[in-house]
Amino acid sequence: MKWDWNAVSDFMPYFWDGLLVTLQALVLGSLISFALGLVWALLMRTPTRWVRWPVGVVTEFIRNTPLLVQLFFLFYVLPEWGLTFSAMTTGVFAIGLHYSTYTMQVYRAGIEAVPVGQWEAATALNLPITRTWRMVILPQAIRRVVPALGNYVISMLKDTPMLMAITVLDMLGRARLFSQENFQFTEPLTVIGVAFILISYLASLLLRALERRLVH
Amino acid sequence: MTSGLWELVLKGIWTTVQLLVLSALLAAAVSFVVGVARTHRLWVVRFLAGLYTEVFRGTSALVMIFWVFFVLPPAFGWQLVPLWAGTLALGLTYGAYGSEIVRGALSAVDPAQKEGGIALSFTPWQRMRLILLPQAVPEMIPPFSNLLVELLKGTALVSIMGMGDLAFSGNLVRLALQESAEIYTYILLIYFVIAFLLTRVMRGLEKKLKAGVGKAPARGVTADEFKRAQTTGVGGAVS
Repeated sequence: MKWDWNAVSDFMPYFWDGLLVTLQALVLGSLISFALGLVWALLMRTPTRWVRWPVGVVTEFIRNTPLLVQLFFLFYVLPEWGLTFSAMTTGVFAIGLHYSTYTMQVYRAGIEAVPVGQWEAATALNLPITRTWRMVILPQAIRRVVPALGNYVISMLKDTPMLMAITVLDMLGRARLFSQENFQFTEPLTVIGVAFILISYLASLLLRALERRLVH
Repeated sequence: MTSGLWELVLKGIWTTVQLLVLSALLAAAVSFVVGVARTHRLWVVRFLAGLYTEVFRGTSALVMIFWVFFVLPPAFGWQLVPLWAGTLALGLTYGAYGSEIVRGALSAVDPAQKEGGIALSFTPWQRMRLILLPQAVPEMIPPFSNLLVELLKGTALVSIMGMGDLAFSGNLVRLALQESAEIYTYILLIYFVIAFLLTRVMRGLEKKLKAGVGKAPARGVTADEFKRAQTTGVGGAVS
């Protein structure tokens, strides 16, 4: 096995560019998934079956099909319908949408974990329903679910390389480009592999600290 | 769509199913070996198993696939058939997630069971085989079922390496017809049906195994579901 440190130093500038793109996709994707997931979770609690049923089917469908094919779908089908977005926008939206179907379950569990007495107290105080949600239920529910949401941010990080398949130059995209131009595959791929392990390990440490602060 | 194109899709389904079965077998083997090793009494064994889990869970499945396809061949001088390379990458990655499930289920067995085994002077291996695993395995089935669906979704990644699986056949049909909405809808539906069948089979298995130890299968959405949402995860590295 030959290891060439020059290739590593040549690759580094591209690596930082890729890292930036990866982190951007991660942050934006997370925000979309947090917001959409909450919307799904709330829609699943509406009293009519006519809302719950379609939302349930659609989210179940999105959760059980590969993100990669969903990326292709959005990337190739939306332009046919006259909606053209950049690859990055499409990718961020696809990741956010895909993971919102996971975060919705997290929110649901968090909402169900709020003691029933809280609901009863809100009713007894004659709080309107929007205020009950906004001031009583959600603040308690969201506090409980932050660690679980963090877990999904870490899994999202590990799914961002898929954006490469729709021409986004994230870390893996940069590594592939560099390898193809210089015929050196070992170094760039190993560098980004190590980078992923490091980032997700640091993120999990951070999350554990956050969990300790929120739960106790 | 013409019948020739459908044939392409059928071939894609076959490749996806083959890859799914092989990598699920490898992942199951890895999960049990590493998961049991994490409860070993020697710290070296525990440490190595923990290191394996952290490394393979920390990296992205797609990066792993690239690594197995491009770095292994020059480094070790052997070239793998794409199917085996895909199996290796997916099996090792998802095996690391599975090992956490095995470890969690083993540690959830009532400690009195283990103590009973010690009192009856079972060897460690007998304790594992006759007492701990029969009780822990039924508990593993629901999280393993989720992981299996994740693995199915992961198999689509090999299409980036040009392997002719279901997602790849979708791309070919798109190029042939210059039309993408229809074919990608079909592909997504096929994946969904496979995932649905997998969950059904796993639910049946859970029922059967739990009946074997005299328990009813988990029902409804409870606090248990909350835990599951966290462990499903091809997710976080939080244990």
